[in-house]
Amino acid sequence: MVKTIASVGLPVDEILEIKKNRLMPKEAAGEMKRISIVTGIHGDELEGQYVCFELQRRIERDREKLAGIVDIYPAMNPLGIDSVTRGIPAFDLDMNRLFPGNIEGNMTEYLAAGMIEDVAGSDLVIDIHASNIYLTEIPQIRINELHEEMLVPLAKETNIDFIWVHGASTVLESTFAHSLNSTGTPTLVVEMGVGMRITKEYGNQLVDGILHVMHKLGIWNGEVKEPKKPIISRNPEDVSYLNAGVGGLFIPAVKHGKELKKGEVIGQIVDPLLGCVLDEVKAPVDGILFTIRDYPIVDEGSLMGRLLKKEACRYE
Amino acid sequence: MNKRIIYEMKGMYRDSFRITGYEFGEGEKSVCIVGSSRGNEVQQIYCCSQLVKKCRQLEEEGRIKEGKRILVIPSINPYSMNIQKRFWPTDNTDINRMFPGYHLGETTQRIADGVFREIMDFQYGIQFTSFYMPGDFVPHIRLMDEGYSSTELARSFGLPYVVVRKVRPYDTTTLNYNWQVWNTQAFSLYTTKTSNIDRNGAGQAVLSVMSFLSSLGIVKYSGPEPAISRVVKDVDMISVQTARSGIFEPLVKAGERVAVGQPLANIVNPYDGEIMETLFAPTDALVFFIHNMPLTYADTAVIKLVRI
Repeated sequence: MVKTIASVGLPVDEILEIKKNRLMPKEAAGEMKRISIVTGIHGDELEGQYVCFELQRRIERDREKLAGIVDIYPAMNPLGIDSVTRGIPAFDLDMNRLFPGNIEGNMTEYLAAGMIEDVAGSDLVIDIHASNIYLTEIPQIRINELHEEMLVPLAKETNIDFIWVHGASTVLESTFAHSLNSTGTPTLVVEMGVGMRITKEYGNQLVDGILHVMHKLGIWNGEVKEPKKPIISRNPEDVSYLNAGVGGLFIPAVKHGKELKKGEVIGQIVDPLLGCVLDEVKAPVDGILFTIRDYPIVDEGSLMGRLLKKEACRYE
Repeated sequence: MNKRIIYEMKGMYRDSFRITGYEFGEGEKSVCIVGSSRGNEVQQIYCCSQLVKKCRQLEEEGRIKEGKRILVIPSINPYSMNIQKRFWPTDNTDINRMFPGYHLGETTQRIADGVFREIMDFQYGIQFTSFYMPGDFVPHIRLMDEGYSSTELARSFGLPYVVVRKVRPYDTTTLNYNWQVWNTQAFSLYTTKTSNIDRNGAGQAVLSVMSFLSSLGIVKYSGPEPAISRVVKDVDMISVQTARSGIFEPLVKAGERVAVGQPLANIVNPYDGEIMETLFAPTDALVFFIHNMPLTYADTAVIKLVRI
């Protein structure tokens, strides 16, 4: 059942609508648990689109196994998705810095508030992101340390490779996930793949995980796969950030997810005008490269990758 | 005058990214003035260019107090200005959301760090900045309610209004906020325009900065009698919102006094020209902010009023 959760008229003959699709057991009875799959807050991150499709395809295949509510929100920022724009077009605003919004506020705040109002109260929300167009990520869940206790046990059930518990930051208080987590609706933020692309392998991996966690919550009675045991990092010191020392063209030498030895070359920054190598990006310590630069043009300071130190690669 | 490079970064196919500062006077770091941080802040860079001209004249005439130094940085983002893009060219990040910066961080964090190292220990900081929504303002000084900056001092700019605004989570990475963390009394100066040059508005901005510097005894300057600023809180402003999207037809200008019931703007159907909505003044007030783009969205605060 498709429902519009928020809508606003645009200046010239168009209505902006944010839609969801609700899947329920054919014969619904009594109180049911609810999972919400949310994506498209950033219009340039498309990995979640495939997950929305594939999850529904698998549920429909065994519809009688559905025992709860699945709400699918594939496009929280429809104008952004349609115009290959990360933020909200015309406003140049990052939608994920507007929450919890304000139902009495301006258009963007109103939309944000409408989203929160509709999703709040879910037993679990999965907010799927894809880093951005510059970086590729292994499937991971990022958790604000303030909500670690509530979220890490749920994240472990989602078949991802890595759980990154990061420090609290005031700026992040205006994100969708923070607004929900701080008011009691558990929300997991998935980062995987890269902006503007679909990584089918990761999408399938996450769908397996979503079905597994749905099974745990009593929403799905179908067969599920045992989830991967993720590496969990709870200490900010565990992660090394690799930034470009110079601007140029980045030619990667390895893929993300690779275990690296200290000093191993991750890629070169080259100068196509002069045909020379300007710099080599090397692993500063032994570890797993969980993020790598995807977009080749880099400025000084551009993020080239993130490395989880080997001694921190713990399974709990 | 000492013109020097505050920060430089080599570009790949573009000329180096340079932030240039103009210093006047010698001695303690007294006042730092920062212009555009976004690529469309043309009025902001223009105001600073006029300040550079004025400070140069004052210095040549020996009217800057001994032991006081003024630094003017007309733009901290020439790369974006040159391609007419509001935010950073490659990753669309906002330098004014990157303070205090990080020297080993991402590009705009490094730029913010490079700038902030130079300007963090000035006694007073003035930033010419702009609102996220396009529109015309009554010139004013804006400061944060939990800040280190004084409302009384803000009045010495002599602009008609001083707006005290509530700190929000995203403010913590702005230049103004971080200046205050490092004990600089910081003031954001909102002039009339952003993407267009308003010479009168710029003149008023220059006079207001001169009035401020003069009140601190940093320069000798006899300008016109400054206005007595009225202090208002942002939460006390009256927002007039659209209910419909369409062509925005303003009927009043920023700075105009309006009477209760007066029509302020029409929202016109872009296909048939019919007026779909008229916005009216809910009280006697002064138009503090008004949207200045031809189209508008529904549920948008296109006009902000202050009670008279």
